[in-house]
Parts: sequence; C-alpha cells; structure tokens
Amino acid sequence: MQLTRLALGLAGAASVMAPLAFSAPAQAQNEQFVPALVYRTGAYAPNGIPFANGRKDYFALLNARDGGINGVKIVYEECETGYATDRGVECYERLKGKGPTGAAAFSPLSTGITFALTEKAPGDKIPLLTMGYGRADSVDGSVFQWNFPLTGSYWDAANILMQHIARQAGGADKLKGKRLALVYHDSPYGKEPIPVLEEASKRLGFRFDAMPVTHPGVEQKSTWLQIRQNRPDWVFLWGWGVMNSTSIKEAVAVNYPREKMFGVWWSGAEPDVLPAGDGAKGYYSLALHVAGSVAPVHKDMVTHVYDKGQGAGKKEEIGEVLYNRGLMDALFVSEAIRTAMGRFGNKPMTGEQVRWGFENLNLTAERIKQLGYEGLAQPIRVSCQDHAGVHSARVQQWDGKKWNFVSDVYRANQDLLRPMIKESAEKYAKEKNIKAGCVS
Amino acid sequence: MLYRETGQFKTSYSADQAMFPILQDRIGIILILVVAFVGVPMVATQYTYTGLLIPFLILALAAIGLNLLTGYCGQVSLGTGGFMAVGAYAAYNLVLRVPDINILLAIFMAGGFAALVGVLFGLPSLRIKGFYLAVATLAAQFFLDWVFIRIKWFTNYQTNANAPDLVIFGVSFNSPANRYILVLSIVCLMALLAKNLVRSRVGRAWMAVRDMDIAAEIIGIRLLHTKLLAFAVSSFYCGVAGALWAFVHLGAWEPLTFDVNRSFQVLFMVIIGGLGSLLGSFLGAAFIFTVPILINQVPAAFGMPISTALAAHLEAMIFGSLIIFFLIAEPHGFARLWQIGKEKLRLWPFPH
Repeated sequence: MQLTRLALGLAGAASVMAPLAFSAPAQAQNEQFVPALVYRTGAYAPNGIPFANGRKDYFALLNARDGGINGVKIVYEECETGYATDRGVECYERLKGKGPTGAAAFSPLSTGITFALTEKAPGDKIPLLTMGYGRADSVDGSVFQWNFPLTGSYWDAANILMQHIARQAGGADKLKGKRLALVYHDSPYGKEPIPVLEEASKRLGFRFDAMPVTHPGVEQKSTWLQIRQNRPDWVFLWGWGVMNSTSIKEAVAVNYPREKMFGVWWSGAEPDVLPAGDGAKGYYSLALHVAGSVAPVHKDMVTHVYDKGQGAGKKEEIGEVLYNRGLMDALFVSEAIRTAMGRFGNKPMTGEQVRWGFENLNLTAERIKQLGYEGLAQPIRVSCQDHAGVHSARVQQWDGKKWNFVSDVYRANQDLLRPMIKESAEKYAKEKNIKAGCVS
Repeated sequence: MLYRETGQFKTSYSADQAMFPILQDRIGIILILVVAFVGVPMVATQYTYTGLLIPFLILALAAIGLNLLTGYCGQVSLGTGGFMAVGAYAAYNLVLRVPDINILLAIFMAGGFAALVGVLFGLPSLRIKGFYLAVATLAAQFFLDWVFIRIKWFTNYQTNANAPDLVIFGVSFNSPANRYILVLSIVCLMALLAKNLVRSRVGRAWMAVRDMDIAAEIIGIRLLHTKLLAFAVSSFYCGVAGALWAFVHLGAWEPLTFDVNRSFQVLFMVIIGGLGSLLGSFLGAAFIFTVPILINQVPAAFGMPISTALAAHLEAMIFGSLIIFFLIAEPHGFARLWQIGKEKLRLWPFPH
C-alpha cells in the first residue's frame, strides 16, 4: 500500500533527522545572551503577547540606540511555552547554555514554571526574575538566593489592597463584620494571597471567602452565583488571561458593582477589561506602573525600533499595561547586567555574575530618569534580605477608555509580612536542606 | 533478507519461549541498550538529557502502564494523570514524613499507593465497559485532582510540592547524566518486567478478558481478580512514572502538572504507538512528546527568521496533520508499522 510505504519512509526520515536537534550553532564572543520564555499562543496569549513584545523591543532598542550594554551586544531568543510547565522546563533547558556565557536571567511569567525553575536555577547558576509574581517567600534572599521577585510579591499586593479598602471604609476598624471574597485562579498563583487575607480577616474581624476558578477560567457561573447570594462588600480578583474579562462579564451578569471589585496587577490590563466593553467601567486594579505611552523610552522605541520596522508588535500597542511591564522586566535584566559589569568588567556576564548584579541593583530616581523610564519605574534597591527591592503599588480605575490612578502610592506593611515570609522561607529551607545565608 | 530467520532452529522449550526468539531482535535490543547506556552519555548534551530523554523515558513508562490496562486488558482509562499524581504526592509525603527513607524505596512505595488507589477506581470496571468505563475513570482523574488541590495536608500546607535532594545509597543523582541513567535503569527494569508479565499466565488472562470477557469467564478466568490486577499493575507503573516526573524531571510541581491533559497525552501515546505493544509505548511516547519539540526547533536550526508565534502555530499544524496521516496510513499504530517494516525487510531485496 502506497500510504504505508510513505509512512514507513517518513518514520525512517524522522529518525535520521532527529540528531539535528543536538547540534549547537557557532557563536560570537562579545555577546550577551538573554533568553525569553514567552507564550504567544494558547489560552493566555492575549496577556502573554504584549509582555513578550515589550521585553523584546527594549533589548532591540538597547542594541539599536546604544549598541548593546556597555558595548556588549544583546542576543535575544524566544521560546514558546504556551504557559505549560513541562514546555517551560524544556525551553529553559534549550536556552540556558546558549551564547558565550550562557543565559543571563530567566523571567518565565508563569508561577508554575517559576516553581519548577526555582529548583533548577541554583544548580545552573542562573538568576530568576519574577517581577511581581512567583513565590512570596522568595523575597528572603538568604534562602532563595537565585529568585528576584522585584517590585513586590502577591503578599504585598494583598496587603496593599487591604490598606486601600480600609482607607475607603474610613479606617481598619470599620472592616469588622464586613465580608470579602477572593475570586482566584486555582493554581499556585491564585492561592498566594490567601494566607495574608486569612490573617487580616482574623485580625480585623471581617469574613473572608476564597472562591477558586478552574484553569483557564472561562467557566465561573457558579462562583458568581455564590457572590450574588452572599453579596460580599468587596471582591478581590486574582485572575490571569481570559479569566479576568470573564469575571468582569459575570459581575455584570449578576449585577455586582464593578466599583467594589479590585484586581491584582495581573488583572489590570487592556485585554482584561476591553472584552467586557462598557461593563468594565469603574473596575479597579493595582498598578505597578503607569499605563500609556508617556515615558521618553516610548518615544525612543518609536524612533529607533518601530520606524525602522523592527518592532515586535504594532506601534499603537506601545504603552499598553503589559507592554510597559515587559519594558520594566527588560529594564531590570539589562540594569542587573550593567551593575554586574560595573564589578566584573565590560564583557558578557555569566548567570552568577548577573545574580550579583540583581542583588546589588540600585535604581535611583535620577538613574531612572536617565534611562528614560520616568513615570514608569519606581526607585528600587535590592539587597540580600530584600530581593523585591520595593513593595509599593497604586490603585487604578478603568473609565471605559483608559486606566487612571485613583490613589497615592501604598507601601505594603513589612512589619506584618516579614515574620510570615521568614516562617515560610524557613519551612522551605528545612524541607530542602538549604543552608540559609547571603552570598557576596 | 535482514530479518530472515532461516537456519535459526529452536531445539529446546526454553529457546521456544525466549523473549526475543529471533537472533536479529536479540542483537537489536542489545545494540539499543548499549547505545542508551553507553553511547548516549558520550554524546548527549545537558539539553538532550533534561529537555528530551528524561521526560521521554518517564512518559514511556506511564504509557507502558496504561498499555497494560488498555492495550492488554482492554479497559479504557482516562485516569492516568490522576494515578501519576498519586505517585508523585505519595513519594513527596513519604520523603517528608518518614525520616531517612531511601528515595528509591519511596518512589516504588509511591507506586504501591497508586496501585491501591487504582484498584479502588478499578472496581466500577466490573460492571461497566468501554466508553462508560472511560467516563468512570475520568471521574477518578477529577477526584484526584481535587484531592491534591484541596486537601492541604498532601502538599504540606504549601502551594506546591518540592522534590528532595536525589541522593540514593550515598550517590548523588543531581547531574543530568546521572538522572538519565537512574531513569533509564528503572524504565528498562520495569519494561522487562512488563514484557514477562504479558507473556505469563496473567498477561494471557488479561488478553482473554480483552478479547471477550464472557468467553474468558467461561474458561475459568476470574474477572474480578484479573481486571483489578490489571488496574493495580497499571497504576503501579503510572505511580512510579508520576513520582519520577515530579522528583527527577520537574523538581517542583503543582497539581496542574497531572491534570486531565496528561491523561489524554498518555492515552494518545498508547493509541498512536500501538495498543497492546510495549514497543508501541516507547514509539508513541517518542512521537507525542519529542516530535513537537523537534518541529519547533527546525526553523531555528536552519536560521529561518520566523516569529515565535508562527513557529508555535506551524508546530501545531504539522504535528496535527502527522497524527492524522499516521492514523490513516496505519490505524494500529507505530508498532504495527514497525511489524510491516520487518516483514518487508524479511523479503528485501527480493519481494515477490
């Protein structure tokens, strides 16, 4: 049979082709390799794409405008994970050894992949940048030496949201007897804030309900029926991707006021509100940075990258919330490399050296202005004790067209969170037999 | 010509019952083992170990497990992911709660726990068959998912579980090469066991039940016993695979790792590879797991400047059409294709 013969031939050819994957290409010497784990396909693509574009564009900008970092050109390569942990691990293994000095740092943009890589990074000596996500206890750099949850963890986010609703209610004592619901993505990501909110509910005397939503989050009818029955005073939303817009639509359906809904910073971008149309008006979320094309770096992006036709996305998408977050992620990676070069010399850095750069990262307000990130990034100073560097955020509101800040900068209460972080990190260290300590 | 067994006489019962009765097969299997144990470590990079070979071997083990149940005993199961999860979390809790337990022991004991759970969820198979059984095992999958997400004791009150340091009998298995050898040894051992199991009385009973359970019952095979044994053995294999996936491959995992997609993935491996064939389990695992990854890398290997998204879409399109093509060309899977290939090689170069 013809088809069978063809099938046999194909199978044979495939087994001959397989070794192709094992060959390594030649590489230039004065280049810094920066890997990217992205998801441009799958259920979370609407949120993954702008982040990936922002990140890619910033490194393209560094190459086009400055000729790389201190004369060392950036080689940037993406690998598609589709938000799946096993593909993420495969991508990590594929990219970690590329370039003359290996991968500089990974930012997986997935809590599941972060967990898996947290186990692998120390062995490979590659830092993990988990900007605004990942394990909350990885703030403790003496246990999590290779994790950098810059700009704050989910515990910070939960604490800041509590501060905000307390202020709205007119004081923390006014929360007594009220009711708070958390609608969360049923994964390690969504579960992260629960300990902090449970602690607050005990301390302040309000009732707290945690309501899980199964991945990917398009089926939430029962959750919102519960909300319709319970009528909580506030709903916190810890969603990602299509789950966010679905939540807002369901809130409209059960007539729950959007002004009482507060999303985490991963639930506050354009793809989260636009599908809900006018229904999203009034919805709040946390913001790590400004939304919109307002900083000098955006102008540079247009002149140096997009006008030359090298942009990763469309010009109109520059300045979207997640695009800006990608820009910030890239800023932290590149500045960590630059900080490391300050100590080790202007040559490609190894992962170990970049780790030192992260741990000694110090971006002052002037430096941020120099870099053209005015209004985008907050001043940040990382240390071994504090791998987040800064623990603050603002609250923004969607007015139907754009996001507007509605609050000042809140700082998460570290006196409250620190003991919890310490306890959790110690538990991890004990389970994994890690000797806590700072590396110089 | 290559596969001509002319002149190979079987003069004793043991020769007749040999696992590989044909000399060429014996040479072939020895060659494969030599390449796997000696050849691969000489050339493989870290990526080939951790990105391709280790996950492939573990999934092949899970596929063997499912194949014993579905391919040999005829009981369709969609609970593979759940049983793998039982293995992973059992191993995690054993290491966590039993001081100084040997990790290898923990992995196999985890298989034992998975076997117990498998027997429990195999009970409905005595009353229901075919598609209905598939749905019942799907319930097992969702129930087990739920257990590991909701009952926090299993995850030690953390959001995810972590693997311990892999030190077995004082030897560290933390380097990729050592991990590969560890997984390879376990898989070879268990594949050998499975091969002998299906040739034994037990395996023949399974196949009798698969082919016609009423006839099997009439000739004296106890259905209860046979089906539950199949569930137990199959779940044991899946449990060990799950423990290896968690401990050796990922290192840290969440319940989502073993969700229903994993069950489907393993079921597809068994279907594409060949139901009722151990070789098929390996071929199916290789195809379903590694081919998408290789397709994904082809454009980069040839320096083609296409975007990541396009590469990902192409991967899905090409892989999808390959599945359809192979299923049309040979509905019985790769194992059957290999058999046809062998027949051809037997006559080659002088076909009638």
